[in-house]
Amino acid sequence: MKNIRNFCVIAHIDHGKSTLSDRLLEYTNAVSSRNLQAQTLDNMDLERERGITIKSHAIQMSYAHPSGEIYTLNMIDTPGHVDFSYEVSRSIAACEGALLLIDATQGIQAQTISNLYLAIEHDLEIIPVLNKIDMESAMIDEVADQVIGLIGCKREEILMASGKTGEGVMDILEAIVQRIPAPKGDPDAPLQALIFDSIFNPFRGVIANIRLLNGTLRKGDKVRFFHNNPDKVYEADEVGILQMDFLPRQELSAGNVGYIISGIKASKEIKVGDTVTHVHNPCAEGVKGFEDVKPMVFAGIFPIDNDDFEDLRDSLEKLQLNDASLIFEPETSAALGFGFRCGFLGMLHLEIIQERLSREFNQDVITTVPNVSYFAETKKGERLTIRTPADLPDATVLDFVEEPYIQAQVITKPEYIGTIMTLCMEKRGILTKQHYLTEERVELTFEMPLAEIVFDFYDRLKSISRGYASFDYYPIDYRQSDLVKMDIRLNNEPVDALSALVHRSKAESFGRKICKKLKDLLPRQQFVIAIQAAIGAKIIARETISALRKDVTAKCYGGDITRKRKLLEKQKEGKKKMRQIGSVEVPQKAFLDVLKLD
Amino acid sequence: MPGIYLHIPFCKQACHYCNFHFSTSLRHKPTMLEAMLQEIRLRRDYLQGATLDSIYFGGGTPSLLSTAELMRFFDTIFHYFAVAPDAEITLEANPDDLTVDKIAALRQTPVNRLSIGIQSFAEVDLQWMNRAHRADEAQICIENALAAGFDNLTVDLIYGAPTMPDAQWIANIQKVLDYGIPHVSCYALTVEPETALAHFVKTGKTRPVDEEQAARQFEILVQMLQTHGYEHYEISNFALPGRYARHNSSYWSGEAYLGIGPSAHSFDGGLVRRWNVAHNAHYWQYMATTPEALSQLQGTLFEQEVLSPAQRYNEYVMTALRTMWGVQADHLWRMHEAFAAHFEQKVQPFIRAGQVQHFDQTYTLTAAGKLLADFIAAELFFEN
Ligand SMILES: Nc1nc2c(ncn2[C@@H]2O[C@H](COP(=O)(O)OP(=O)(O)O)[C@@H](O)[C@H]2O)c(=O)[nH]1
Ligand code: SF4
Ligand SMILES: [Mg+2]
Repeated sequence: MKNIRNFCVIAHIDHGKSTLSDRLLEYTNAVSSRNLQAQTLDNMDLERERGITIKSHAIQMSYAHPSGEIYTLNMIDTPGHVDFSYEVSRSIAACEGALLLIDATQGIQAQTISNLYLAIEHDLEIIPVLNKIDMESAMIDEVADQVIGLIGCKREEILMASGKTGEGVMDILEAIVQRIPAPKGDPDAPLQALIFDSIFNPFRGVIANIRLLNGTLRKGDKVRFFHNNPDKVYEADEVGILQMDFLPRQELSAGNVGYIISGIKASKEIKVGDTVTHVHNPCAEGVKGFEDVKPMVFAGIFPIDNDDFEDLRDSLEKLQLNDASLIFEPETSAALGFGFRCGFLGMLHLEIIQERLSREFNQDVITTVPNVSYFAETKKGERLTIRTPADLPDATVLDFVEEPYIQAQVITKPEYIGTIMTLCMEKRGILTKQHYLTEERVELTFEMPLAEIVFDFYDRLKSISRGYASFDYYPIDYRQSDLVKMDIRLNNEPVDALSALVHRSKAESFGRKICKKLKDLLPRQQFVIAIQAAIGAKIIARETISALRKDVTAKCYGGDITRKRKLLEKQKEGKKKMRQIGSVEVPQKAFLDVLKLD
Repeated sequence: MPGIYLHIPFCKQACHYCNFHFSTSLRHKPTMLEAMLQEIRLRRDYLQGATLDSIYFGGGTPSLLSTAELMRFFDTIFHYFAVAPDAEITLEANPDDLTVDKIAALRQTPVNRLSIGIQSFAEVDLQWMNRAHRADEAQICIENALAAGFDNLTVDLIYGAPTMPDAQWIANIQKVLDYGIPHVSCYALTVEPETALAHFVKTGKTRPVDEEQAARQFEILVQMLQTHGYEHYEISNFALPGRYARHNSSYWSGEAYLGIGPSAHSFDGGLVRRWNVAHNAHYWQYMATTPEALSQLQGTLFEQEVLSPAQRYNEYVMTALRTMWGVQADHLWRMHEAFAAHFEQKVQPFIRAGQVQHFDQTYTLTAAGKLLADFIAAELFFEN
């Protein structure tokens, strides 16, 4: 155990975590260079495209120290987006140390700080690393000051590296061995292993990534989980360590990181954060910090074709296998038929799920206007949870509505304070703190309704600050708000999938924007389409799409036939992705794009 | 009966709306000519010995060919193909090329039909379109052609241009009627991608085509020509009784045709369509290779597609619906009963909406339906 080191990497998106990880793997020969595609750890296509790490992964390296000792290094990759902070916290809980990786050309970002605090809370040894020092624009002194200000380390404790050139990578390996404590734990104590990730494999079922805190897990052991289905018994069909492949071992013991396969096929059986222990001689308590993930954003997901409802359920269940944070329950919509109300960690998570449904399961879906979860109290004093606008009680019986508030941290350059404050106030935010980290970095703290960051907050923040603002948030409480339900009607047919709860002061402008956007998104049809936004019976905005007057190409000679046929076939194919609402055909993407308002 | 299409890929200047394949440099015209003659020789068996019913010089601007160049084409074609004695032999010509001398010279060739790219008789329109000819040339060339004995004339007109009010459009049609031209093709201005026009629209230099205007001018057109005895025999084509364009009609009736020259399309009359590369230099370079190699140039010199039964059906519906002869139910039955059933089911809403009419076994578009021909065709398509 004294030769094991478990660590994670805390970094903002694009600060070079994947690149540096590759270098570490290369220097420890954990991956043959043939396997070492750029950014080895992000092995989902989608991740590679988006350049973010969606799921945690772990990998074990063997480091031959100059002293002759061989060290086992377990590197646990963590997601880099606010949507996934619970998973980050579980990865952190599996480690004794963390590399705090900061792009020396960018400086510290809000996300880094909140993850750093998580790591400090878990008593991790922090090794600060300034990355990308090969770049001319690296601001080494300034960023080093930020780091010192933040964690109170000494200047010489900060490492300098470049994942690109490999400079400083040996120093990082050395620091991991010297500074990060070896895991503590008793291999002979009752088994206590933290599940920090789970992966679904179509052949093997659910594979849980675990960190053993105490005890020893052997192949064939009878095990159970601490929180989820605690009475159910599983057998450890296979245990092993994680390299680029799964390497089976006879046993894993305290201090180490590995995986367990126990014949679990159904979704929901394994929860990240849960504890694995033996059926006989179980540990007395589970690893602290388990939470049933609470989704922040809800939206309906419907198949384009109602016949695909069961397939969609299947696909969602499979997705849930390696994404424990996705939740769903059946829902019926007047406009869209049968589907599911799903809970997501945030908007990015929602988009990722939608894309994965399409890519991995060939399921094209319609996503309704997302919303947060509200409380409504009726005049009789009943308290109701509102997860879809349709659940809001009628105005005659409704007493008040409460909406979730968050504390939001924005770190930016002083010159953007003005525009960011304007944006946050427009989003009903209240500035509670302004704090200079250095002369060039200021941290703004706001309290604002969560609902306001669901719609186009992130993108606007990025654009008004030219990318020099980082953002993080956590929920604080629920507060009473003057919210109204806004409905959208197409040719007088209400489209429940487009309903939204909005603050009364913003209903009209929101309604106008949505109508305008829909006008762009809906294809013209053979009749006039009236688009209306309404609160109750009152129309607050309207747009009209004129009827399709002419749709015929001028020429259809020898060379035009093939081209034209293909064009019309494609057009027809596109129509399959439309939903008929009353008389109006609505393209699948209109439902989500309607919210991209600016 | 089958025909030959020859694509002459040269123009004096580029019309802003045009997305055809052509070059404005005439330097390589001789090389191109040799290459095209070579293609005729190499593909002499494509039509399997059938007698040609039509020869069509399109482009580009075939009136840029000298009489001598034209005659070399004829010599080669007549050498390798049987040509019906009454074959329709059309040459597309631009007004600025059609001088009195040129017309007289053309009369000495086998060309027996001129297709003149008039587009408009108004100077503002012609300038806006970047045409090479002036308004007066548009009229004079017609008069000269008629005077020289080319009574088999067709002219092209364009409507829907932002410079063209209804009054001008009516005047343009009236001119055609006054001259008694037996055939006219009228095209709605279309903003094709990657044209100068598309660029102007995108940068706000010109306003986009007004759909309402185009629809209205189409209605004016149909109304005027039909009152004067013209048959609206295809969406964009009108003819006095019996004066239909034979070559173009063959495209809509599934006849075989051999396309010669860069970007030219061929159809074997069965299931295979192929088209040449739309690049002049590539074309003549490939043509210089040995005959044996030619068949191996699929993907480079030419591409082809083999139509599935559903694609055949889709093409048939798409083209036949545009003509006054319409979609024939018995033809659909011969293709496959599933197609006939599909069509009969899908066409019902359009019949109810007054966009498609049927007499016995023939389905045709009504006046209202003609404005939505693409939309309706797509709805009737069969998906694999
Ligand atoms: N110049 C330079 N570029 C780097 C370095 N490390 C990463 N990059 C580049 O920064 C971008 C983001 O890197 P990546 O490893 O994907 O960051 P991640 O989002 O934190 O995983 C990529 O374009 C990398 O090529 C470095 O040390 N020097
Ligand atoms: S002359 Fe004809 S082919 Fe040439 S650019 Fe003009 S429209 Fe196009
Ligand atoms: Mg990455």
